Amino acid sequence: MAEYQTVYGSLANFTKGGVEVINDDPKNYVFSNMFDVANRSKPWEKVAIGKNLEYVVECIRAEGVSEWRVTPHDEFALVVDGEVVIDLIDPSASLVDPSASGSRALPGEPEGKKMGRVTAGHGHMTLLPAGRCYRMSASSPSVVLLQTILGPDTIERWAEICQKY
Amino acid sequence: MTEVSEVTVLTGEANEHGYKPFSIGEFNFSRDEHFVHVTWPSGTHVTAAEPFLKALMRDVAWNFFYGTVNFDAVLGTTNHYGNVDLFAGRFNEAYRKAELDHMENFPHDEIKATFTAMLSDWTNASFDPFAAPMETGSAYGAKLGNNDAAVTRTRVTANRMVGIPGDEPIRTDDSGYPVNRAFHDVDQSAPLVEVEPGYENEVSAYNFFAYLSRSDVTWNPSVVSVCKDSLYCPTTEEFILPIIHGNDRVEWFIQLSDEIIWEVEDLKTGTPRAKVVMKAGDCASMPADIRHRGYSPKRSMLLVWENNSPAIPDMIARGEASVVPVKF
Repeated sequence: MAEYQTVYGSLANFTKGGVEVINDDPKNYVFSNMFDVANRSKPWEKVAIGKNLEYVVECIRAEGVSEWRVTPHDEFALVVDGEVVIDLIDPSASLVDPSASGSRALPGEPEGKKMGRVTAGHGHMTLLPAGRCYRMSASSPSVVLLQTILGPDTIERWAEICQKY
Repeated sequence: MTEVSEVTVLTGEANEHGYKPFSIGEFNFSRDEHFVHVTWPSGTHVTAAEPFLKALMRDVAWNFFYGTVNFDAVLGTTNHYGNVDLFAGRFNEAYRKAELDHMENFPHDEIKATFTAMLSDWTNASFDPFAAPMETGSAYGAKLGNNDAAVTRTRVTANRMVGIPGDEPIRTDDSGYPVNRAFHDVDQSAPLVEVEPGYENEVSAYNFFAYLSRSDVTWNPSVVSVCKDSLYCPTTEEFILPIIHGNDRVEWFIQLSDEIIWEVEDLKTGTPRAKVVMKAGDCASMPADIRHRGYSPKRSMLLVWENNSPAIPDMIARGEASVVPVKF
């Protein structure tokens, strides 16, 4: 029986594929690699690597301690490299319009009840619940994919990260 | 032909191989030991039973999915979300020019019932249309029992996220989901979740890769997390996508492990447009004017990301949304 090896990518080791054009424009495929993007990002930048109308998938280089953020809707954080600790607070007052899109940065630690903490390793997905505040930290460079909605801090740099030719 | 269910399913006596014929509109379907035969007023089609049943399985399980499900270069369905086109040759340039193509529209429940009955009758006990080639027996031969347990699997659709109390459960050995033979090296450790009392439904995490490593099906996206209309629909892939998916909206692929090669063709004509090679960490969109088929040499983890908004096909038709997600 064959022994299989699952191949993942990481900040330290990844291989990109690509678009081989027959009769098309490679830009139509908005092709990038999350580890390539994270290697070129500053810590905690929220760089869109996927966009579907108002929805985005953001690639976040997790390194050090992030700011506190509040999200108006559920978000989902998937660790694809390294380990990330996520602290959650239930704010004592509403800090974001529930109809808003994307998370907002907060000036400091919000007042409220501590909800708990998740230590998420490779392949672990964490709920960032609507109306709550979160902060991430990573003791070594890690990568988070965030399922969310385009917000004020989403960075779109498609021409820099995507295959053009 | 006789009616056999509440929704009209036109079927008849089993043939010498033990399989019943089925009809819907002016389409007639029959199978023998090896092949499926399809006829319509202006043409005929023959295809091998195994790929046909694999495609039929996806069409039924996905409720006709987003857009067009091409069984092959001739036969397929287009979902209009409430009613469904069944076509032969409609998206094949040669068939169109020769005027051999045919298309009829059916109420969703009618075609779903017909396809479900066909899938049940034509799938033998030895064959699992969802399984990888090395994990199933043969689809061929005379009728021998059925595999309704396999062809009626419920598609996983989390309401918020897998693992949250009351939502879709994580997969374990005890719940009947052993780690797949190709994923024995996938770490099965759980995240450390420390919850303050009262927040058990909100402080939640699970091992998503371990969950995928325990999938017992291939090429079958299931919903694991929901951000309004943004759906994460991961799937494990091995061998060939049994259908050629024609998009009615932009769809995204995020390759989480290993490699998939996508052949991309023009949606309407089938003319080749590109090949997209995706390795672990790669992210790519599939435009709304193409059809695609994937090849996964080794079982891989693919995150299919969908915008489930029912408004999108009409927005694209009216020019309010582009067939590509980003212009740069």
